[in-house]
Amino acid sequence: MKPANASLKSESLFDIDWEKIRADFPILNLKIDEKPLIYLDNAASSQMPQSVIDRLVRYQTAQHANINRAVHYLSEIATMEYQRARCTLQQFINAREDREVIFTSGTTDSINLVMHGYGRKFIKSGDEIILTTLEHHSNIVPWQMLAEEKGAKIRVVPINDKGELQIDAYEKLFNERTKFVGLIHVSNALGTINPVKKMIDFAHQHGVPVLIDGAQAAPHMPIDVQVLDCDFYAFSAHKLCGPTGVGILYGKTDLLEAMQPFKGGGDMIASVTFEKTVYNTIPHKFEAGTPPIAAAIGFGAAIDYLTAIGIERIAAYESTLLDYATDCLNEIPGVKIIGTAANKAAVLSFVIDGIHPHDIGTILNQDGIAVRTGHHCAQPVMHRFNIPATSRASFAFYNRKSEVDALVAGIKTVQKIFL
Amino acid sequence: MMYTNSLYQEVILDHNRKPRNYGKLDHASHQAVGHNPLCGDHLDITLQIENDQINNIAFQGESCAICKASASMMTTAVKGKSRLDAETLIHEFRELATGKLDINQSHHLGRLTVFSGIRDLPTRVKCAVLPWHTLHAALNAIASASTEANDDPVQTVISGNS
Repeated sequence: MKPANASLKSESLFDIDWEKIRADFPILNLKIDEKPLIYLDNAASSQMPQSVIDRLVRYQTAQHANINRAVHYLSEIATMEYQRARCTLQQFINAREDREVIFTSGTTDSINLVMHGYGRKFIKSGDEIILTTLEHHSNIVPWQMLAEEKGAKIRVVPINDKGELQIDAYEKLFNERTKFVGLIHVSNALGTINPVKKMIDFAHQHGVPVLIDGAQAAPHMPIDVQVLDCDFYAFSAHKLCGPTGVGILYGKTDLLEAMQPFKGGGDMIASVTFEKTVYNTIPHKFEAGTPPIAAAIGFGAAIDYLTAIGIERIAAYESTLLDYATDCLNEIPGVKIIGTAANKAAVLSFVIDGIHPHDIGTILNQDGIAVRTGHHCAQPVMHRFNIPATSRASFAFYNRKSEVDALVAGIKTVQKIFL
Repeated sequence: MMYTNSLYQEVILDHNRKPRNYGKLDHASHQAVGHNPLCGDHLDITLQIENDQINNIAFQGESCAICKASASMMTTAVKGKSRLDAETLIHEFRELATGKLDINQSHHLGRLTVFSGIRDLPTRVKCAVLPWHTLHAALNAIASASTEANDDPVQTVISGNS
């Protein structure tokens, strides 16, 4: 299946038949109690196009074996396809070398790898780690564990009422004890797109490496790790139309080589005796044990799919959906959008006067509408806005304007019930 | 889905709008705080118990409509009852919410059976059960209850079914 190849001839961002793209996703034909599924929980996990499903089937039916070991046919094919997926990811983020791309189980695993591999080796007692209020718990908790272990300190960049990072406050946090910055590229709870390039440059002026949590950014905007000059970049496949259980960590070669391994086991070694083990070269040093081979190959297929459409086109289309949804929700009395940053990805968090998000989610579900309700694993953001939770609609390129209309109708139903 | 329609019935919406016995008793003999860490909902329950009889009960907190209505209806159900009767209701309500109670058999829940639809919404069972959990904690002099505790019957049932 080759999506929208004809339209690639044009430079236009709006020359795609999005209905045709939508038809690539079999799950979107589902009915929930006879109502068509309206899937607006893409920030939690996106759906998978037929081409990726087919790729997984082809791998399992004709290419599967363990990799990097045997000399037989299937093992060679599987190794080659796994490596091909790595190269696809390398090109997707424009990394200099394919060995800078490490397959992990996902963003959380990637961040934990950096914490163990870099943090535990280089962060010492009294050192400071800068994080932001917008971080997902997965980019908070590992660093708290490290800080506790080492006697290091976490400093937090505040946000303003729109949900934007306060850059002047960020810059003031730096001192000679600052040793690491962990920064979310796009807020999963609010959609805020952070000025990461500027923030990375500032950290580098102080000789401080920066990890970017790109879980919400990679699906919605082009990522160029060389332009960003970030030291680490992490994201998961399942938010990019790929399978669960796989993600990547990008890291600069010199840093990855200086780091200690995170997990010990097979494949990550050059030689083992009971006296001494010599670690393998990167990326293998960080890929102990049999990796999620099928998922990684599926990840590659998902990237192929998205690249064929064009991430810029996806971003432009999603932006029109977000603008439309924002206008619609702003017109409903009693509905308040949380997160109104000038630069936003297609995430719409909202609260309704007097109605708990869980009741909203349950009643919207009645109309087949899937939204996320809760704190979105970002409790510091909720505390900042003094709310326990929000309802969150998050859009993908296969969503339609008519689905936004359905959301609006659903919200009005909720309000009517609780009148 | 049909069960959602039946869940948000007028009686539940009414107790959510106008919760009964809402507040905090000044001279409580028993109290406990209930907490659902999954959504941040919490409520506290205060009781005045004399000679094993619940003379007064109040609750307050922040929660969804299901939790608030459940708490409100619970307070009206147990007020004036003996401790033992309250424990029976707690047991029966938990069984109802987790789908283990046959409402056609004899029970003491009365209008509380309006919550029977919750059994089809595993993620919302905790919302309905939290007040009852907290009452149980208060009656047994446990300072706080959590829907995530190891001995949480709801948790046990959900993991058992998945």
